[in-house]
Amino acid sequence: MRPASAPRSRADEERLLVIDPLADRFGDYRISELPEFLLRGDALVLNDAATLPASLRAGPEHELRLMSELDDGTWLALSLGSGDHRMPTEARGAPPVLAVGAELSFGHGLTARVRAVDPGSPRLLYIEFRQRGGELWQALYRAASPIQYAYLRAPLELWDVQNAYAARPWAVELPSAGKPLRFETLFRIVARGVRLVAVTHAAGLSSTGDAGLDARLPVAERYELGEESAARLRAAQAQGGRIVAVGTSVTRALEAASVSGTLRAGVRRTDLLLGAGSVLRTCAGLLTGLHEPGTSHFALLEAYASRALLERSLRHARRRGYLQHEFGDSCLILGGSLDVTNASDATDATDATNATNATNARLLSSEWRQAG
Amino acid sequence: MEISGTATLITGASRGLGAALALELGRLGARLVLASRNRAALEPVLRRVCATGAEAHALEADLGSKDDIYSLAGAATALIGPIDLLIHNASELGPTPLRLLLDTECEDLERVLAVNLLGPFRLTRVIAGSMALRERGTIIHLSSDASVNAYSHWGAYSVSKAALDHLSRLWAAELAERGVRSFSVDPGEMDTQMHAAALPDADPKTLSRPEDVAARIADLIRSSATLNGERIALHSSGAKS
Repeated sequence: MRPASAPRSRADEERLLVIDPLADRFGDYRISELPEFLLRGDALVLNDAATLPASLRAGPEHELRLMSELDDGTWLALSLGSGDHRMPTEARGAPPVLAVGAELSFGHGLTARVRAVDPGSPRLLYIEFRQRGGELWQALYRAASPIQYAYLRAPLELWDVQNAYAARPWAVELPSAGKPLRFETLFRIVARGVRLVAVTHAAGLSSTGDAGLDARLPVAERYELGEESAARLRAAQAQGGRIVAVGTSVTRALEAASVSGTLRAGVRRTDLLLGAGSVLRTCAGLLTGLHEPGTSHFALLEAYASRALLERSLRHARRRGYLQHEFGDSCLILGGSLDVTNASDATDATDATNATNATNARLLSSEWRQAG
Repeated sequence: MEISGTATLITGASRGLGAALALELGRLGARLVLASRNRAALEPVLRRVCATGAEAHALEADLGSKDDIYSLAGAATALIGPIDLLIHNASELGPTPLRLLLDTECEDLERVLAVNLLGPFRLTRVIAGSMALRERGTIIHLSSDASVNAYSHWGAYSVSKAALDHLSRLWAAELAERGVRSFSVDPGEMDTQMHAAALPDADPKTLSRPEDVAARIADLIRSSATLNGERIALHSSGAKS
């Protein structure tokens, strides 16, 4: 599937692939039609983590990517050598060998000391910034830039990687499932009697460029489910509403918060991995990007829908020119979304039936509006 | 809204009303980020606020700069969490002595609008999305009687404040249903450096003290559950003509 090559500015051009695991069908829509798939009493849960500029230059041939802030204020960081984001991370040079105690300087008055080097890989460092409080955050925002991606036409600025409702900068990469959500759409969702609920999840690096390290991802990531948010979710559940997660990070946070059977508020860390066979205790649906089989994101989708249905819908999405990655199109997996008799399932469709299916999708959507 | 424990961001906090608000809200238990174009000038204010036992942090930012605004919002929320109270106090007069419109360069008007109008719009835009999601937040815009009266020589500043008042009303109209309040406050003429730059001959004895105005604004914040979209004047008449 092709990646979206730049941030997008027109919501009406952004597509929504709706997959209904109950009906075993899928259909083509626009992201602006998302409200019509949600019902009074449902809750839509958003990851309100802002994206930290997490890429630091420690030298002309040395980049450090912040991965996670630990409880004692130490940061886990990925060390990358020569080259830049234009080349695959796998092709980057080896990073300089650093010993415990080594000093790092990133410019703008930001400095750090290496506290530990991972015994399994010299790429993984534990660093401690020398600055504290306002001085640290001021210098970090000046010295760092957002993590960049090879498939984008132009470098990303800090504002390109923020969701419309973001607050604390806990994520090191954009929690991208929320990127297509504009307030026009969110307010229409609220007007349908759907609760919006915030969780904060410190989404980590998507890839390190090192197969051995990638196998260890995700590192335990911090998340917070506040008391108010937990109360809203319990209210939705008590009303029989469905909880729809925006993003795989929200799924992981909510499922981690409900491992005991009931939702528990608080700040915790989780390295919970979900996949085929996982029992979802809280999440009934997921809004996410288009993820190819073989990725950890795809594996998580298998907790919501069968591999066969997912593969069938993705083949269709590829054929229909859906775009993937940070600024790509969206996919909603939610049982009961599509009418069994009318759904615009384009299973192995030819181009001719695709046109019919697009018409069906529009018809279906207007019928749905009347029904809703 | 309850001030104690509230995550608060104040712009233009290095002197005048901004510094007085920092002290007053800090004394009432707010958790503060103080922003100003000049970090060194913030240090004495920060020390005084922290000496009262309040939690406060200082960040340097030019509200005319998009980079600075996104960095300010990110760093501020990293330090004190999602912002619940946002006070747009920073202001730019333009070149002084103040000029007739016919003598005002377009570039000077642009700079004044960048700091007094676009800056607050952009900062609110970055911060109020989270307020709307969490259904909690108060946004205060510091205005001036020059926003409603056409005083000769006050052109660029006047225009920016008139637009800011209306921006405040529009935020209120769009966000009220999501539990976010916005209002503007005209503090009246105060004994500040900015006032002295604009009207060097004014008698300080006729001007209000920023500390008194800050206390009245704190009262408004406490009762802000009933405020939305208003323009509140804390004085009876102006003397700029």
